[in-house]
Amino acid sequence: MPAHVATYALVGIESRRVDVEVDLRAGLPTFTIVGLGDRAVREARERVRSAIVNSGFTFPAKRVTVNLAPAYLHKSGPAYDLPIACAILAAAGELPAERLARLAVYGELALGGEVRPSRGVLAVAEGVRAQGLAGLVVAPEHVREAGLVEGVSALGAATLRDVVAILRGEEVADGGGSPAPEAAAAEAPGPALADAPDLADVRGHAAVLEALTVAAAGGHNLLMTGPPGTGKTMLARRLPTILPPLGRAEALEVTRIHSVTGLRRSGALATERPFRAPHHSVSPSGLVGGGDTPRPGEVTLAHHGVLFLDELSEFQRPSLEALRQPLEDGRIAIVRGQRTAIFPTRFQLVAATNPCPCGLAGTGACRCTESDHARHRRRLSGPLLDRIDLHVAVGRPTGEQLAGPPLRTSARERERVVEARERQQRRLAGTGATSNAYLDAALVRRHVRLDAVAEGHLWRHYDRGALSARGRLRVLRLARTLADLEGRDAVAATHVLQALALRQDDGVTAVGA
Amino acid sequence: MTACPACLRRAWLVAHLAAHLETAWRGRRPLKDILALDDAALIAALAGRRRPAVEAAHEAWSPDASLAACAAAAVTPVCRHDAAYPARLRTGPGAPAVLHVAGDPARLEALVGGDVHDGAPAAAIVGTRRASPEALEVATALGRGLAAAGVTVVSGMALGVDSAAHQGALDAGGPTVAVLACGPERPYPASKRALHRRLVAERLVVSELPPGTPPWRWSFPARNRIIAGLGRLTLVVEAAERSGSLITADFAADLGRDVAAVPGRAWSPRTRGSNGLLRQGAEVVLDVEDALDAVLGLDRPVTTGAASAGAELPGDLGRVLDAVAAGDHVPAAQADGPGVAAALAALADLEGRGLVRRAPGGRWVATGPGH
Repeated sequence: MPAHVATYALVGIESRRVDVEVDLRAGLPTFTIVGLGDRAVREARERVRSAIVNSGFTFPAKRVTVNLAPAYLHKSGPAYDLPIACAILAAAGELPAERLARLAVYGELALGGEVRPSRGVLAVAEGVRAQGLAGLVVAPEHVREAGLVEGVSALGAATLRDVVAILRGEEVADGGGSPAPEAAAAEAPGPALADAPDLADVRGHAAVLEALTVAAAGGHNLLMTGPPGTGKTMLARRLPTILPPLGRAEALEVTRIHSVTGLRRSGALATERPFRAPHHSVSPSGLVGGGDTPRPGEVTLAHHGVLFLDELSEFQRPSLEALRQPLEDGRIAIVRGQRTAIFPTRFQLVAATNPCPCGLAGTGACRCTESDHARHRRRLSGPLLDRIDLHVAVGRPTGEQLAGPPLRTSARERERVVEARERQQRRLAGTGATSNAYLDAALVRRHVRLDAVAEGHLWRHYDRGALSARGRLRVLRLARTLADLEGRDAVAATHVLQALALRQDDGVTAVGA
Repeated sequence: MTACPACLRRAWLVAHLAAHLETAWRGRRPLKDILALDDAALIAALAGRRRPAVEAAHEAWSPDASLAACAAAAVTPVCRHDAAYPARLRTGPGAPAVLHVAGDPARLEALVGGDVHDGAPAAAIVGTRRASPEALEVATALGRGLAAAGVTVVSGMALGVDSAAHQGALDAGGPTVAVLACGPERPYPASKRALHRRLVAERLVVSELPPGTPPWRWSFPARNRIIAGLGRLTLVVEAAERSGSLITADFAADLGRDVAAVPGRAWSPRTRGSNGLLRQGAEVVLDVEDALDAVLGLDRPVTTGAASAGAELPGDLGRVLDAVAAGDHVPAAQADGPGVAAALAALADLEGRGLVRRAPGGRWVATGPGH
């Protein structure tokens, strides 16, 4: 009679149930694992054998066959060690099989029998709840993370002996067997760290700060241009601090993604929005996800947060092209052979670039020509700029400004942003758009009504060739957000003017071009 | 308005000998001496072994084909015996025999008609094809300011400074003429097709070469002598050491016309040519006022477009404009927290009035020197 243990495979950022079956037959002692495992799974034989023996149990001297079902699913990683060991002990009669059948087991084993932490416990715990299993046995470090999922009792086990003790109903020394208290799951955000980024760290840069607030309030993507060393990265890093705080569902999603990819080991619920800044040498699959077993890319790691692309013009063209679907749809489908994975990618984009190839345009030391500028602009244009509403130049603050007081604080700006977002959500309820950045032409017509003065400003810019038709739509979206930040229902001429000054307009070519 | 057969034949001959002129140009024979020769001497000097054939073709030439080609290309030939031919171009044996005019030839009189001092005021604005953004801005502003004051902006429609000057004149709704180094109906360079179309429709494009002639290396310096001849003043905006603009300046000096230049950075190779002109005594042009002084004389009536526009600006706009003109490319950064919204609105307002522009890279540049 084979023994069964439930465990989970990570597929993308989801978990899929896997049943570990162990059959013991009389014959020459062998140990075989079948079921499409990778090398880490095959090497589990040595770890499991040593762990069982070193924990004081007897490894059955029989033909041991381990099957990981379903057999078509590729399995990878060392987290099958503990379930395989448990199934072998159950088959050998060391463990009560009926108790084991109601639990899931997940973890890597050391040769001495200690349980090691593994990636993706939150995703596994969500699978456990979906399957209606009673509990999940994991390394003690993971009890808190597994406990984030309501209704799953997480059982911490530091060693294989602990696991056996828990299943036999014995007390475990450090109390790891008790279900994780729900209080630990709903961990309140701790006191702000002294070195946490804040807008109060910024001196000068008034226009960029305004652009950041507008970006946060309307969900608009932002392009910053400026010479090297003026603080573009420092400013972008502070955008998450003024975005609305993560809701619980969002926080769980962020925690799950970061746990699966091994970025987050603390087990606590994420409280800050992620900020991802991939280097410009990143490959398309590094950026949007990919690989033989599809792994999430930077766009997914930035889900519900900020994706910062510094030196935008240096990114490979294919990488930037690949951003189109994530930006448009808020998710990306990765198709590799027989396998398809869908990852969520609702991030806010902040891009930074030098104003010209030498980076010194506007400082008087620039030696670029008209054609250099045109080439630089061509490198930037394309599907990406199409999704960017805001454009602001970042200059060098003066010495006076550097010595002066900060202009804004994150706490105050976040309040304004939250209020502006609430106004948008009331207005856009039921339309599918979540913020002003997602207003299409029809929604703009309905929600952005201009008086004659404001229309006049737009026409003057259009007539001068300073505004393209697409640029006009972006200006109207921005004007809507600026009015929301002031708590106004009507978009006034001054909002349109400010929006014009902050617009990103790739449809307009320079004089003489 | 038309051209006499002798002049048309001369124009045909120059185009017919284009390849030989190219050889002579490469052999560094002085272009103005060659072009000063009469027909027979020109053939003798250039045609070499093909001389009998060229002479036969010259004998057999009839005006019908030339006139038909002009009509087909919507080009009007105006020869130097015609009253409409600009008197200022009749400067000697090297003057072009025929001006081929694309656009309404009746505009010739208003744009470049009469003697250089008493006729329609005109200035040539020339400079490098590889212009810096600042030089483009200066060329555009000078073109705009001169044209707004009624001075015809003469240039060569080349990339960079030339077309920026034309563009500025068109922006101001003022007079401008392009002189090409190929047939006047050809948009050359091709990327300036839109500018060419607009110049033909609203102003004039002229050339000494008949329609269908492609641009040759020698025809650019030859064209430059016409640019220099049409203007009272030749103004070089940005020129490196070996620039065609310096050839234009040389022609202008030979003709006794004024030469001026916009100063550049002292050691920059990009402005070594124009700075060299200043060292030789060219007039210094820092803004539109200087250029107008040089063209119209110091006793001209005061007509300052940009300054009056600045003086009438309401509220804070004047202060913001001055900040941009002073080189503060991100003036909103100077404002404090609450003031930034007003500063941004002021920038957009100024942009709508055409007083500032957003350069590539998002920074703001003034389209004039402020007020």
